[in-house]
Amino acid sequence: MPPPTLRPILRVGRFHPRPKVRQSGAVSLPEPSRRDTRLDPYIDAYAERTHGLTVSAVRALFAVANRPEVVSLAGGMPNIADLPREALAKAVDRLITENGTQAMQYGSGQGEPFMREKIVEVMAEEGIQAHADDVVVTCGSQQALDLVTRVFCDPGDVVLAEGPSYVGALGTFRAYQCEVVHVAMDEHGIDPVALRAALVSLKAGGKRVKFLYTIPNFQNPTGVTQTLERRRELIDIAREHDLLVIEDNPYGLLTLDAEPLPALRSMDADNVVYLGSFSKIFAPGFRVGWTLAPHAVREKLVLTQEAATLCPPVFSQFAIATYLEEFDWRSQIVTYRDMYRQRRDAMLDGLAQHMPEGTTWTVPQGGFFVWVTLPEGLDSQAMLPRAISARVAYTTGTAFYADGLGSRNMRLSFCYPTPERIIEGTRRLGEVLEQELEMHRTFGLGTQTARHYDLTTGPAPDIT
Amino acid sequence: MTDSPTHGPIVVLAGGLSHERDVSLRSGRRVAQALRDQGREVVESDLTPGLVDLLRGLDNPVAFPVLHGGVGEDGGLQQVLTLLDVPYVGSEPAACRRSFNKAVGGPLVAQAGLARPRMAALPHDMFRELGAAALVEALGERIGFPMIVKPARGGSALGCTRVTDVAGLPSAMVAAYSYGDLAVVEEFVEGTEVAVTVVELDGTLIPLPAVEIRPNSGIYDYTARYTAGETRFIVPATLSEEASTACADLAVAAHRVLGLRDLSRADIIVRPDGTPVFIETNVAPGMTETSLLPQAVEAAGYDFGLLCAQLVDNAWARHLAQ
Repeated sequence: MPPPTLRPILRVGRFHPRPKVRQSGAVSLPEPSRRDTRLDPYIDAYAERTHGLTVSAVRALFAVANRPEVVSLAGGMPNIADLPREALAKAVDRLITENGTQAMQYGSGQGEPFMREKIVEVMAEEGIQAHADDVVVTCGSQQALDLVTRVFCDPGDVVLAEGPSYVGALGTFRAYQCEVVHVAMDEHGIDPVALRAALVSLKAGGKRVKFLYTIPNFQNPTGVTQTLERRRELIDIAREHDLLVIEDNPYGLLTLDAEPLPALRSMDADNVVYLGSFSKIFAPGFRVGWTLAPHAVREKLVLTQEAATLCPPVFSQFAIATYLEEFDWRSQIVTYRDMYRQRRDAMLDGLAQHMPEGTTWTVPQGGFFVWVTLPEGLDSQAMLPRAISARVAYTTGTAFYADGLGSRNMRLSFCYPTPERIIEGTRRLGEVLEQELEMHRTFGLGTQTARHYDLTTGPAPDIT
Repeated sequence: MTDSPTHGPIVVLAGGLSHERDVSLRSGRRVAQALRDQGREVVESDLTPGLVDLLRGLDNPVAFPVLHGGVGEDGGLQQVLTLLDVPYVGSEPAACRRSFNKAVGGPLVAQAGLARPRMAALPHDMFRELGAAALVEALGERIGFPMIVKPARGGSALGCTRVTDVAGLPSAMVAAYSYGDLAVVEEFVEGTEVAVTVVELDGTLIPLPAVEIRPNSGIYDYTARYTAGETRFIVPATLSEEASTACADLAVAAHRVLGLRDLSRADIIVRPDGTPVFIETNVAPGMTETSLLPQAVEAAGYDFGLLCAQLVDNAWARHLAQ
């Protein structure tokens, strides 16, 4: 008797609710021919720059982060639960009723003039003197980063960035096939000696450095702020070496312990391209950010923006301008600061209580993140499954390096969970670390530095 | 026409809190869509505290669990569905437990005389209590190199490492224990990697054509599994007729030995001499766009959605027959 097989079916006509596989009366078809596939007919057609855009096992583990059972210290979502939503709804309602035909129409590629005027006001809070003509509105400051990289970088060009640096920026630089060279930093920000050395050695090696990407305030992922002295030194170096500085400042106004320090752009208008955002001082869903650039650069950014999106989201610009006009946005920032200060303090208390000996961490004066260095030998990427089992999530340090370093580090965010949840998260994390340390003791694992090559390990933007 | 009442909505269960949540969500969406394309009413649900109320609130629901790892595969969820008297597609709790735990399923299959690699299963506290050095050495001698170290309960190759010498064993053990307290160390079998899906329709076990797996990187890891283009699949596998039959027989035998129901997927390595070696079987095979089972179904000239619908009908018929 022949072995049973699924009878190939000729599916014509209407669906039969109870189909049966019958031995008799089935249509006899030839043996199906061999199917040889990689499941993607375009696999040989993709551009060089899309290679490496693969599924990541580390990233997939974040799928549980948004479940309520899990304390997620992994994402970077701001907490916007306490915005005055009813009043905002009324304002948006009026906006559509009274101004809808403009607000829902195409707009200027550079961004709406009223929006750029408002942006200049916001930047003045950090000592920046600017003109609305030099502002280009973008789809979040992430798009500003994309446009700047597109305008400046050819494949193989070098981009300097702090080591570690923002995972989203590294993704952009990778997409344009730049070579990222990390510059060492300490608790005062980027190290000027290391920066000078990098510039000299790269030049000697015939490499073209296009710009330095830096986050001077409450850096993502370390939470470190550049001191005023460092900022001055950095500007000096930029002038000496004709180095363009891309200053990314999404958290600048979210200072928790003191007044904001002057932005790099306020010290030098010629060598700095500034990136700003409403995502953290208002809400990220509108996707409105901006760049402030020297006029020649700005011209190119506008044309590039038109090629990319025609114009940045017009409705969002109207909505944000309405918010800035009709609401006390400055006091909202104060409210945000008070709320994030409590969370930052909860994080620092929790870490002090629950981290095992040998663990160190940064003490951020603003922003969203604490950078943890694990006891020697531990590997945050290898440990993540254990943390997920214990219902706590963090971002592995490797996400913030372009070169596979960072395995001994993790980034913890205090922006989204409540203070109670943050404390609980650090408690769970402490247990995970203890278990992992015991495992290392049992197996006598040494302190060899792990190097990972899975470079897409950062969480997606919709991870809490 | 039938005298029996027909079943109500199909509840596709996907997600859960396991390490494979992401895969499960992908599989669940695919199954739900395939069933909708068959004109079936589908409700999609995660494993949440509201699930019991959801099931109780539906008339004659049939569950289609597509959970990978954790309670979805270890029989926990199936036990709950049994308690609630909700018919479901797939194996019963005890059979899930047997096959999901590689430390249990593997030896059962071996006892039945089916070929499988030499293996040892060890909980992590054995190493702590007896000292790792001696055990590591014994594993090297008993299993030999290269070997594969993996978590006893898990899938998608998460936590799996190929180890070529004693020096690499400790960190591989730590990686496996990061996913759970029990790890399996087994002989690495060189050969052609294939997967054979077994479906059960009208009481007949039907092996589908073997899918041969050739990852670009040489390792069928998580990235190779779920990134289209990273792995080449050949169906039916490039095996001799004898080897193909042997693989089909092995998959069906494993399905029987473990007492599985409705569907399963056996992972097999065919040695160069044509002998198939059983690695493991999955009670909740992946159903994503890059998964093996849907490819086998298509290669058999069958329709994935129709098969899902038939499995639901079978589950309902079983329920009525009770």
